[in-house]
Amino acid sequence: MSAQNPPVAVSDAKDIRIVEFTNNKILDEANIKEIGDAIRALVEERDTPKLLLDFGTVDHLSSAALGMLIDVNSKMRAKNGSLRLANIRPAIRDVFVITKLDKLFKIHGTREEALASF
Amino acid sequence: MTDSKFHFVITSDYARMREVQGQLMSAVQAHRFDDDSCFAIKLALEEALINAIKHGNKCDPAKRVTVDARVTDKLAEFTITDEGAGFARADVPDPTHVANLEKSSGRGLLLIESYMTEVKFTDQGRKLWMIRRK
Repeated sequence: MSAQNPPVAVSDAKDIRIVEFTNNKILDEANIKEIGDAIRALVEERDTPKLLLDFGTVDHLSSAALGMLIDVNSKMRAKNGSLRLANIRPAIRDVFVITKLDKLFKIHGTREEALASF
Repeated sequence: MTDSKFHFVITSDYARMREVQGQLMSAVQAHRFDDDSCFAIKLALEEALINAIKHGNKCDPAKRVTVDARVTDKLAEFTITDEGAGFARADVPDPTHVANLEKSSGRGLLLIESYMTEVKFTDQGRKLWMIRRK
């Protein structure tokens, strides 16, 4: 299944890897693991990686998805990398605020703002 | 619209969980809950059912999860019961505390309690009752 439908789509802006989610729901454990594996591979591919996660397609996520993002954040920090989150719709943004993860992650309104912040 | 009532008994299986979740959300939408309420109920149900299967029943296929629900034009009410060892709500650390902020789990209960109007645990934590009023 994953070969037919990759969990993320990756593009580049200079040295920044931009990740978009191909499924509008980040809920299922298997799906979350696939996404996490794909993003962690991007973290590992470079020294001091720069990663932008664009949530424009995402309309649902669970606490398990937040756990995966925290793990990615830790790995980015271990490699002295830079992680940005952007384009998060208000309902999802509220999930970050309720859990206070808006204090942990660098969150920007738009992809352009996030790109400019690196 | 006539009240919708449901009673499901499922094994600790994520695919069955999705079927139940789908039927319940269809009822919620049919009773014209707004987008914010639908988002809240879907998220709370996701966390509650995952908790029951994963943390309650430890994914034991011999253990069941019972789901009772009532959806009306004014409220959506759910009771989710697992067959696990139970837990004490007070023993679950606050995931928003600075010391816990980078832990990768432990946010499900916070989200349930944030998105539902009322939440109660009984039967030593095995039974979760939650309601969202319009």
